[in-house]
Amino acid sequence: MSDTQTQLPVTVLTGYLGSGKTTLLNRILTENHGKRYAVIVNEFGEIGIDNELIVESDEEIYEMNNGCVCCTVRGDLIRVVEGLMRRPGRFDAIVVETTGLADPVPVAQTFFMDDDVRAKTRLDAVVALVDAKHLPLRLKDSREAEDQIAFADVVVVNKTDLVDEDELAAVEATIRAINPSARIHRATRAGLPLSEVLDRGAFDLTRALDNDPHFLDHGHPDHACGPDCDHDHGDHAGHDHHHHHDASPIHDVSVRSISLRGGALDPKKFFPWIEKTTQIDGPNILRLKGIIALAGDDERYVVQGVHMIVEGDHQRAWRDDEKRESRLVFIGRDLDAERLKRTFEACQA
Amino acid sequence: MPTVAPLDLNGHCVAARWIAGIPHFALADGTVHRLDDGHKAVEAHDGLLAAAPAGDGKMLLTAGEDGRVCAVTPEGDLRELASIGRKWVTALAGGPQGAVAFASGRTAYVRFADGRLRDFAHPRSVEGVAFAPKGMRIGVARYNGATLHFPAADGTPVDLTWDGAHTGITFSPDGNFVVTTMQENALHGWKLADGKHMRMSGYPAKVKSWSWAAKGRWLATSGAPAAIVWPFSGKDGPMGKAPVELGTRADTMVTAVACHPTDEFVAIGFSDGMVLAGRIADQKEVLLRRPGKGAITALDWDGEGRRVAFGSEAGDCGVIDVAG
Repeated sequence: MSDTQTQLPVTVLTGYLGSGKTTLLNRILTENHGKRYAVIVNEFGEIGIDNELIVESDEEIYEMNNGCVCCTVRGDLIRVVEGLMRRPGRFDAIVVETTGLADPVPVAQTFFMDDDVRAKTRLDAVVALVDAKHLPLRLKDSREAEDQIAFADVVVVNKTDLVDEDELAAVEATIRAINPSARIHRATRAGLPLSEVLDRGAFDLTRALDNDPHFLDHGHPDHACGPDCDHDHGDHAGHDHHHHHDASPIHDVSVRSISLRGGALDPKKFFPWIEKTTQIDGPNILRLKGIIALAGDDERYVVQGVHMIVEGDHQRAWRDDEKRESRLVFIGRDLDAERLKRTFEACQA
Repeated sequence: MPTVAPLDLNGHCVAARWIAGIPHFALADGTVHRLDDGHKAVEAHDGLLAAAPAGDGKMLLTAGEDGRVCAVTPEGDLRELASIGRKWVTALAGGPQGAVAFASGRTAYVRFADGRLRDFAHPRSVEGVAFAPKGMRIGVARYNGATLHFPAADGTPVDLTWDGAHTGITFSPDGNFVVTTMQENALHGWKLADGKHMRMSGYPAKVKSWSWAAKGRWLATSGAPAAIVWPFSGKDGPMGKAPVELGTRADTMVTAVACHPTDEFVAIGFSDGMVLAGRIADQKEVLLRRPGKGAITALDWDGEGRRVAFGSEAGDCGVIDVAG
């Protein structure tokens, strides 16, 4: 059947005007990496390339008519993805560029909430580009800049040549304070290996954890990077993560992350709890990720969520040398850490 | 026994239409194939997004990823009607006196027979366009409702409001009702005389195909494991009435429907490529085509109601002679 295909990966590229999105897109479109990308942009504008696979689309946020305020999708993406997928075989993956002010959530939710889009594509990763020089200013004047970082799987700190090492360390500390589980890359002129932004499988529950076995440990003081640690590739090897606990040098950050840790959980308590928590706190949860040890279950259970959408699946058997513990990270606003911690702990088997 | 004359093409069939007695198959790759004394093809676009018959049924209109709107003439020649730049033209409809309506981004356009182009800017994307059955009037499906314009006059547009994203639009053949498809698995409708709302929901999937039965007494729709056929013969349309379910299959979704031009029969295409015909009066059904390579995406009866042209997402198209 000519139309049978596996789900094509979709990379979402966010970032403020001037953060280097266009430079990165131009590289994706022109470099000889053996793959063809369909690129959905807001305006052909700056991309100086004539390519039939560049599609211009007006960002169109649709609230779903189900009474849930955070259930939003990008209507234009549904239409464009459907059109693109009628001619499979022309490209291997899709990149969606958002405008500087865009909220990344509706873009991501489109790939979970629309059945047709979900059948043919899968969200690969959300990549945020930030301008090392101007990020502090952006965070002062916009909530979107913070949301983009909070929501990202990969954060590219671009234009590092315009700042000194201290400024850069401060910018990275701020990013870590907003989103401890994202990978941070330093770059000038968006010059990082494309493999660090494309085909990451960040929303693939199994792969996300295999790529980054310690992703939930970033905020934990016991964790120091070893040679097998694939997260956080900067030019700065040998760092540790203690700065996660430092107060952010920028005081305009309203997003915070809450890490929960416990032993084996009772599935009869955990599932109703995660459902209720995402129902109640959904509008304030940007992302959630976790590895759960369920009592009486020999496999690791992994969960991830966006607002009220939560997905989970068994991943693989626990290894003998692994401690059977449950770890969960919430990234969001106005989350009641004490309540989350208390109710999470009540799920212990 | 119905007989099938297959036409195996390579690619997703966007539309199958009888134009001047000739079956046309418009593929997503931009080619339009015709069975006119043998298999012929013309390349209309690099990427075709929509195709619809002209108002008089004598040409096939096409819209593409290249920002162009074209017409395939009865001789199989291609005529460019409009070119609006690089943006996708995603919706298209043929109207009276040679008028053509189409949409790209947040603008709806009407091209008149003399080549004049009028545009109607909207604050949000124009998802669907349709002509009213009488007079020079178009309906636009958009976020939070629909808008009706009189493109030949300078009147005030009429806004029909209902929260949510409306993705397609159709007028009932008597002009009394406007119905939209929605991003949710539902239809919404308005009775134009008094603006009364009609909510048609309960579908397990989005409605992507619909067809009015002869005299507009019924609206057949896809989006469920049966064709859902809403009664429109009463003055309030389907309100308070249950739809008829035709060709119910346990686990296979209806993906395309087409009503017979004179009798109350519906051709029903399924996600596995099967095509049935069902009679609305008694729900009796006949198999027209066994399952094929892909979901049926297009169905159209010829003017006599004897043959059905069909297309699929896998490119296995053809013509079914119902009488055999």
